[in-house]
Amino acid sequence: MSLLAAVGAQTLVDAVGLGATYALMAVGIGLVFGVLRLVNFAYGQLVMAGAYTLAFTSGWPVAGSIAACFAVVLALSLALEGAIFRPLRTQSPAVMLVTTFAVAFLLQAVARIVDVRDDTIGEAASSLASLNQAVSVGGVDVRKVTIVAIVVAAATLGLLALLLARTTLGLHMRAAAADFRTARLLGVRADRVIGSAVLLSGLLAATVAVILTVQAPLVTPDYALKETIVVLVGVVVGGIDRLWTATLGGFAIGFASGVINGALPTDKTVFLPSAVFALVILVLLLRPAGLFAGSRAPLVERT
Amino acid sequence: MRRSDSLLPLVAPVALVVAVGVGSTLVSRSTQISFLSALVSVAIVVAIYVFVGNSGVLSFGQISFVAVGAFAAGVLTVPLESKAFVLRDLFPLLRDHTIGNVASLLLAAAAGGVLAFLVGLPLMRLSGLAAGIATFAVLEITHNVLREWTRIGPGATTLSLVPETTRPLQATLGALAVIVAAFLYGRSRLGRMLRATREDPAAAQATGIDVHRQRLWAFTLSGALAGFAGGLLVHMLGSITTEQVYLELTFVTLAMLVVGGVTSLWGAVVGALAVSGLDSFLGRAEEGVNVGFTLDVPAGTRLVAVGALMALVLVLRPSGLTGGRELTLRRRAA
Repeated sequence: MSLLAAVGAQTLVDAVGLGATYALMAVGIGLVFGVLRLVNFAYGQLVMAGAYTLAFTSGWPVAGSIAACFAVVLALSLALEGAIFRPLRTQSPAVMLVTTFAVAFLLQAVARIVDVRDDTIGEAASSLASLNQAVSVGGVDVRKVTIVAIVVAAATLGLLALLLARTTLGLHMRAAAADFRTARLLGVRADRVIGSAVLLSGLLAATVAVILTVQAPLVTPDYALKETIVVLVGVVVGGIDRLWTATLGGFAIGFASGVINGALPTDKTVFLPSAVFALVILVLLLRPAGLFAGSRAPLVERT
Repeated sequence: MRRSDSLLPLVAPVALVVAVGVGSTLVSRSTQISFLSALVSVAIVVAIYVFVGNSGVLSFGQISFVAVGAFAAGVLTVPLESKAFVLRDLFPLLRDHTIGNVASLLLAAAAGGVLAFLVGLPLMRLSGLAAGIATFAVLEITHNVLREWTRIGPGATTLSLVPETTRPLQATLGALAVIVAAFLYGRSRLGRMLRATREDPAAAQATGIDVHRQRLWAFTLSGALAGFAGGLLVHMLGSITTEQVYLELTFVTLAMLVVGGVTSLWGAVVGALAVSGLDSFLGRAEEGVNVGFTLDVPAGTRLVAVGALMALVLVLRPSGLTGGRELTLRRRAA
């Protein structure tokens, strides 16, 4: 019995959409890790900032709102990189991770102060709500936003692959990810490479903010936190060391969550997180370097 | 007496904890809660240090043992008369029995230790990011199970009516017990072997140290101490929910440890007390406090300040406030 017959086309399409969104976040996280060796737990807060911008500019024309969202997220990414990530580059993974925790915590708290001015937590970002309506494709109800998510993800990943494979900048980024020090010896400009990675990562976060606010218009200070955690797990399980394994990991965990969620009857789904995380532990025990990494791949212990 | 046998590194943490404990008896009831909460934080953070500090492996799962200890101690000390009504679905073994205060703390420690041992058996093979994610998965699973399985506890509702036995004496003694246990382990041969694996895994293995076994020892001890701290916690609050022993507590305690200095017991104690103290102080400042002049800050500033402080300390002094060392009187050669 094929997967399609088992869970139904509806679930599959939604799962692919979810996977696509998570894949975008995974690329954002993977790019920064590749050049900075930093697991950015605060990535979700970039999405949150973008979502809040969309909420606060709800009255604007859609294009203006989206442009504002991108501007804010990019500015925040660069600010974080300069103020926090750059000084920490030589520290241990534990210190870096806890610092990104602290930054995430800090940004959430700031958002809470800003949000609460009107005495309610949560702002609605509803300018793109029309995308949440469904379109019938071959008997299956597909929300327009799912199609947008899949198309945008595919296009973005395609462009990124082209960038990395065919351009000089891409070559420099790949070199820096492989061996930063040697790359610099060979003439790769560190700040340019890091800046580009951070910029691209910010663009992706803004894109994800737009896509997510269509499906979940209520923006709260912990927006995208759960998604960040899930994507981080997916990225490490897939293999954080290389960009395509990280992306695949992000997609896989999104797709798997979507499928399991759709396939299980509702009263059984309460233990879904346990099932997913038990699976994660199993994968990590069998393949610590990542599910999609080659069996010869080194563990991520590079200094 | 050899330097390595000296009890000197124990003096500073003990003195500080006793000072806080004594201080808690001298202040008003409302302030006392902050002091007690600080002491319980010390217990939790030191428990985490026992594993994370000595092994160098980052674990996000220690709070699951705090959770298990808290719920175990809590469920078994709710008075029998109310238990049957409030927690209807419990297994008969849990529903029909109640145990005393000290017994509940020991049970909490046992529950934490056993769970840690079972979890650690497979997981201690992992290092680095994989270990971090795997232990995080343990936290998620524990949270999910505690929240949904109403046969072993209250599930998503608040567990209340737990006797509030963690007053100044219990909090201080509890924190001291955890500190002494951590100190004795750290000074023992097992502790030294584990620290060797932290500094240089390859060299340690070459001298015959079984990395997996040493990590498992520390993980189990850490789990037992964390469970014990969970027992202290639930008896301080008189109630517990799954959300109180989940992501936020994980982040705060880990940050306390890193801010204090990951690799030392003194760092764990200092970090816990410093961040707790700041948090409490700002919490009162949000309501207006008199420090010579009246300090009144807008609501929510407290979280911003704590987050900002932690980020600042980590950027400026990544080895933590204590530099990762114990406090001894011996002067180091410049």
